[in-house]
Amino acid sequence: MMKRLLSLASTLLALACAAPAMADDAPDALVKRVTEDVLQIVRGDKDIQSGNTQKAIALVEAKVLPHFNFNHMTALAMGRDWNKANPDQKKVLVTEFRTLLVRTYSNALTAYKNQTIEYKPFKMQPADTEVLVRTQVNQPGGKPVQIDYNLEKLDEGWKVFDVVVAGVSLVTNYRDTFTQEVRAGGVDGLIKSLQTKNKASEAKAAERK
Amino acid sequence: MTSIRKLAALSLLASLVLTGCATTGENPKDPWERQNRAVFAFNEGVDKYALKPVAQGYDYVLPTPVKTGVTNFFDNIGDLWIGVNNLLQGKPADAASDLGRLLINSTVGILGVFDVATPMGLEKHEEDFGQTLGRWGAEPGPYVVLPVAGPRDVRDSGGLAVDLLTDPLSYYPHQVAVRNSLWGVRLVNNRAVLLPAEKVIDEAALDKYSYLRDAYLQRRRNLVYDGNPPRPKDDDE
Repeated sequence: MMKRLLSLASTLLALACAAPAMADDAPDALVKRVTEDVLQIVRGDKDIQSGNTQKAIALVEAKVLPHFNFNHMTALAMGRDWNKANPDQKKVLVTEFRTLLVRTYSNALTAYKNQTIEYKPFKMQPADTEVLVRTQVNQPGGKPVQIDYNLEKLDEGWKVFDVVVAGVSLVTNYRDTFTQEVRAGGVDGLIKSLQTKNKASEAKAAERK
Repeated sequence: MTSIRKLAALSLLASLVLTGCATTGENPKDPWERQNRAVFAFNEGVDKYALKPVAQGYDYVLPTPVKTGVTNFFDNIGDLWIGVNNLLQGKPADAASDLGRLLINSTVGILGVFDVATPMGLEKHEEDFGQTLGRWGAEPGPYVVLPVAGPRDVRDSGGLAVDLLTDPLSYYPHQVAVRNSLWGVRLVNNRAVLLPAEKVIDEAALDKYSYLRDAYLQRRRNLVYDGNPPRPKDDDE
């Protein structure tokens, strides 16, 4: 069952990054707009469908990234260790973590096949500054998969700070790994691990070309 | 059948023995990390040299509709036990839907090869005895990686034993060769379904072991609460 879950989750991680749009949107409308936007592009792009990661990354950076709060995501992934980092280290951590997430999810986007998104009923109070937008990915011949977005209200609009696929938070799933890295080598140790990982993935991608 | 019983007994025994182990690791959810990592490495080796190559061949040779049919066939058999578990968890409506699926897909869907129940509005559920134990209040206990079977927690290891004992494929058909073939096909098909996921996990994980562990633990918690777990305490500040 774990296997089934992982396979579904990752084929669909793709759609997870297909979130957010314009600053004055309500959070649910924002998620819907960006998701549909990204999917429409992927549906019409044979390169992305056949595994062109560079193109997928460009799409994610243009359409999706502006609606994510990577500072908050990195803090959430690090938990208590976030406060051990100085401002410079925090900056590097956010950059490296963003690179890692963007590459992963852009890659997942290339696995897109005919899935459709169902938007669950959404309710919020006018005063809410943190909301959950729930969606479900339906795929022909497969089980539906839940993808939920946690959004927070900032001055510049609603921003996603966590994405939960089939019950697994793509952000807090790193918590224990990061704790383990910080315990072993301090904040700099974690930074180094992230950089090594990103460089290795980049090298692999270059090799594939 | 005896081998299934042995396997089930073994995983139950493992879960009991493990409960008695001394705590060694630094992560409270994973006190047996050292042993778990050793088993994980073993499983990765088995996968790399035996299971994955076969699954890749299977994936390459068979057209998608055939693979979907195989998945549906085994999913259909699974709906019986899923329905029983929903009943045990006090969800008779879900149980009725599962048994309805089984009835419709086994007949109209030609022995389960076609999933006609889903488009009719009978949604597929995901239940097993580990979740039932969770519903009944059993704590997950420490994380454990079982040989070949992979990630579990202690509660789910016990659940797995019961799942194996109640697996219809453990009893029917009566010819050992046919039964073993069905087990084999199911295993390979399950692995093939995973192939696209693998690249993503490899890219995402700094440490594959802990990435999979934490995903497993989060996922199981979510399943026990049927997708609506109480919000975990936010300790990010």
